[in-house]
Amino acid sequence: MEFTGKVWKFGKDIDTDAIIPARYLNTTSPEELAKHCMEDADPTFPQKVQKGDIIVADKNFGCGSSREHAPIAIKASGVPCVVAKSFARIFFRNSINIGLPIFECPEAVEGIREGDVISVDADQGVIFNQTTGQSYNVTPLPESMQKLIRDGGLMAYVKNRLEEQK
Amino acid sequence: MGMTITEKILAAHAGKDQVEPGELIHAKLDIVLANDVTAPVSIKELEKINLEKVFDKEKVVLVQDHFVPAKDIKSAEQGKIVRDFARKHDITHHYDVGEMGIEHCLLPEKGLVVPGDTVIGADSHTCTYGALGAFATGVGSTDLAAGIALGEAWFKVPESIKFEYDGELPEDVTGKDLILHTIGDIGVDGALYQSMEFTGSAIDALSMDGRMTMANMAIEAGAKNGIIAPDKTTLAYVDERAQRPYKVYKSDEDAKYNRHIKYNVEDLEPVVAFPHLPENTRPVSEAGNVEIDQVVIGSCTNGRIEDLRLAAKVMQGKKVHKNVRCIIFPGTQAIYKQAIREGIIETFIDSGCAVSTPTCGPCLGGHMGILAKGERSLATTNRNFVGRMGHPESEVYLCAPHVAAASAVAGRIVHPREVE
Ligand code: SF4
Repeated sequence: MEFTGKVWKFGKDIDTDAIIPARYLNTTSPEELAKHCMEDADPTFPQKVQKGDIIVADKNFGCGSSREHAPIAIKASGVPCVVAKSFARIFFRNSINIGLPIFECPEAVEGIREGDVISVDADQGVIFNQTTGQSYNVTPLPESMQKLIRDGGLMAYVKNRLEEQK
Repeated sequence: MGMTITEKILAAHAGKDQVEPGELIHAKLDIVLANDVTAPVSIKELEKINLEKVFDKEKVVLVQDHFVPAKDIKSAEQGKIVRDFARKHDITHHYDVGEMGIEHCLLPEKGLVVPGDTVIGADSHTCTYGALGAFATGVGSTDLAAGIALGEAWFKVPESIKFEYDGELPEDVTGKDLILHTIGDIGVDGALYQSMEFTGSAIDALSMDGRMTMANMAIEAGAKNGIIAPDKTTLAYVDERAQRPYKVYKSDEDAKYNRHIKYNVEDLEPVVAFPHLPENTRPVSEAGNVEIDQVVIGSCTNGRIEDLRLAAKVMQGKKVHKNVRCIIFPGTQAIYKQAIREGIIETFIDSGCAVSTPTCGPCLGGHMGILAKGERSLATTNRNFVGRMGHPESEVYLCAPHVAAASAVAGRIVHPREVE
């Protein structure tokens, strides 16, 4: 897996209410959720984000509620992956389960500015900042999680398991 | 090498003798929980793969508590999805209007969770059951769907932090004050991905209700779970209720901890968390002059009988301040009934409080006490994020039940001794 895109940068402790406010939770449609993605952190985000852009954030990204609508909204906005200093635990699980790759790399976050173009090579575990020429090592996700993401998330895995059981 | 209680429970459920922090495991689940808000998302996923049978109809627990009795048409429809699913799959433990309660008060009370269990719930406060010596953690809807189908979940074994509370608890300091003080100390990500293990003489002296309040808010420090090893108090509580055999695990003497944090509880006083993060704590004596419009007493954090007793004791014979609306939410029907028996409900009504059927209500800004722009609520709940109880420009302050009751009488945040 390799992703290249322009960076939108966010601060620390971005909670799930900021990623997708509770007032929009009466739908589960990814397209609808994408229209309000990151709205309470940056109201103009849904208009300006382009397919392929990458979110880079400080520590504890996705803290708060267990709502899966948060990573769904990000993925449906066309953002292929998120890099942060750290992720809140349930957000981390939910992202893997729905097939949104996420990477923890404090050094990269320090060195990346909004608008930089970066490439994330998930297999090699390298983040390369094309704008500054800097590169950073990131511990790749464990193989089993990479497989979950490649296979299309946890439900695809469940389906296979149920078929095996038959 | 020694293991912590969390590592032991996870190892047992993964069919292993030993696990280490960082290791990825697949664990068997004893209980899989969802509510009227989170279950519909999972049910939709399960319909997509044409699930014929849940993994075990005795182990899937569905509680209608967030928006029930249905607050509007949309929530009525959410509730119905859960009801239809429960009937179709003949789910044994589906708790609906009339017998439900707030999920995290209800499951321990019914003896559905027992020591040594591994539990996932599509609700972040599932960590409450750690108070029983179980491994319990919140997950999202896809994890939950997988749990319902397979009875399994993947986990990364967490590192543990040992919290030791020494000394004798001052009379006015509760489990809520201990956990708020802790979150104030380590921050909202202070225990990220980790297990918070609560130990020490002050924990030994704490009731089950107080312990559940503490484990409940482990998520507010970013933790994967909070846990307290079972002792006499736990077993007395569990033996009256358990619906299954259980197993008691304890940490080994030589278990490895990432950190060991000690508090002397003797100098503590009641704590208040200021907007908009639970880590913004101050001792109540340093709260300053904060006038309030609403007081909420209840929730999965502080809606148990001991909490109501504590609040009623302060309120007895006094009136709620004329500028304050005070709303009481007992955690379950059984707690409600017990409170009626003890005359607690009468005390609240005589003081001018509104008493509700058990429901999550305003805790998540759902219904039954939403704040207008600029309003301020003091609550015994667990989160005070921006807009948590209503308008994005309203404010929520968190505290223990006796502080909430005293402040309802005073019209501003006060120490209970000020209204004595
Ligand atoms: S009482 Fe509040 S925190 Fe607890 S389950 Fe209900 S909404 Fe969540």
